[in-house]
Amino acid sequence: MMIVLDRVTKTYIRKTGPVLSRVTMHISPREFVIVVGQSGAGKTTLLRLLTREEKPTSGKIIVGGIDYDKLSDREIPMLRRKIGVVFQDFKLLSNRSVFENVAFALEIVGASKKEIQKTVPKVLDIVNLSGKEKRMPLELSGGETQRVAIARAIVRQPKILIADEPTGNLDPKHAWDVIKVLEKINRFGTTVLLTTHNVSIVNRLKRRVITLEHGKVISDRANAEYKI
Amino acid sequence: MHRKFTTLIRVFRNGIINFARNLSLAAAAIAVMTVTLTIILFSLIVNATFSNTINQITSKIDISVYLNDSVTTQQVNNLMTELKNLPNVRKVGYISQDQALAEYKTENLTNRSLLQALSVIGTNPLPASIEISPVNPDKIQIIKNFLDKPQNIALQDPQAGTSYSGNEKAAIDKIAHATDIIREAGVVAVIVFACISVLIIFNTIRMTIFNRREEINIMRLLGANSWYVKGPFIVESSLYGIISALISIFIIDILFAGSASALQASSLGLLDIGYANHDFRVHFWILLTLQLVVGILIGAASSYIATRRYLKLKTSR
Repeated sequence: MMIVLDRVTKTYIRKTGPVLSRVTMHISPREFVIVVGQSGAGKTTLLRLLTREEKPTSGKIIVGGIDYDKLSDREIPMLRRKIGVVFQDFKLLSNRSVFENVAFALEIVGASKKEIQKTVPKVLDIVNLSGKEKRMPLELSGGETQRVAIARAIVRQPKILIADEPTGNLDPKHAWDVIKVLEKINRFGTTVLLTTHNVSIVNRLKRRVITLEHGKVISDRANAEYKI
Repeated sequence: MHRKFTTLIRVFRNGIINFARNLSLAAAAIAVMTVTLTIILFSLIVNATFSNTINQITSKIDISVYLNDSVTTQQVNNLMTELKNLPNVRKVGYISQDQALAEYKTENLTNRSLLQALSVIGTNPLPASIEISPVNPDKIQIIKNFLDKPQNIALQDPQAGTSYSGNEKAAIDKIAHATDIIREAGVVAVIVFACISVLIIFNTIRMTIFNRREEINIMRLLGANSWYVKGPFIVESSLYGIISALISIFIIDILFAGSASALQASSLGLLDIGYANHDFRVHFWILLTLQLVVGILIGAASSYIATRRYLKLKTSR
């Protein structure tokens, strides 16, 4: 699925100015794109616009042929089912096990019990969490929690995977484990949009890098490295 | 299709699970809804009972037109034909002087001095009469107007005149009045308590939404459609309605069973407990269904409003 942003601006409070300002980008299917920038550069807002948690103040967003201007509230769930999201704060249900958290994404779209029993273990295997199905989120390490969030994001085989700072609080080794999982998913044919401010990861990945600063795209280069 | 069915099952299951988890929160909602439904049920039965009492008394009410001794058979027949053609007349009968005397004697068999007095007079002092049974005793004015026409007054016994079964009419008026008051009070009470129920359920659901806001938010972000999120709340509050309906039926059952045996089916003031109890048992399934329908409606409607109001399912601009 193609992602197109055309001069997208988002202003929360008029006095403080726009958080995103005339952001334009095209992302092709199966691409692996890293969006970098300091905290407050507008990375999370960009992702929230893509999942339609927010509406842009102006500009156009088209994802997989869906024009967000023509999207009714009723159609939003259908859009969100096509996009897998790994949230910065994970958003796992603390009172449900690893298995149940991943199954939750399937339950809400009406997947059968049989389907859930078949799919969830496969996905947990992809993110290297086999054997930890019954753990509760609080019993997991940071890296493991992150991988549960990824498992839930990919269990419905979305065409697009958005990962917001998935390496946030991880040590370099676990951070790289997470990135390797994302690369694996990208090889299966999913477009991956990753936000980070981790310089070493960006430099090691050698992928397309879009740099945001104060809500503006200041560079967009393939095989890029990131300099501060 | 299969997915929709699975989703529907899950919505119900989640609703029941939430209900079980929120039982302490739900207690207030169930209590006030039970009061509402009990009032509705009680009003219905009292209404039916009063209607029955009124019917019983009205079937006995009669208008007696006492006739002048000089009236001819031809005149009587004419008057009766005209009366039969009036609206609101159910039955017209003629009681001759001899019949009246015979009836009077049988009614006063034990009163010897009265019978002696009659034999002393020698002649029959009782007038012949026409008995009229109205269809609706509240609307006897038409009959009265007809009888009060000068040509008809002339036929009537000037001393006895016309009797409108005065005492029974007063009793009917009293009961009809009481029925009206109880009906109005019932309607007001039902409206007041229904409003309180709606508000309390509304708040209960609001608190539940607040308690589960994290889960609801995650559901939304993962692409759950609005019915998947709203549905369980509506199922939950419908369960309040079902439980309240069952409790209210149970309360009325105990109330009538208890008072019917205690009073041995006698009357409690104007209310015929025996009939009320009978009415309740004859219509048990209809009343139970009605209670369930009303309970579910109140529950579902208030939580539907609450979810619309408090589930932020729309995207902010």
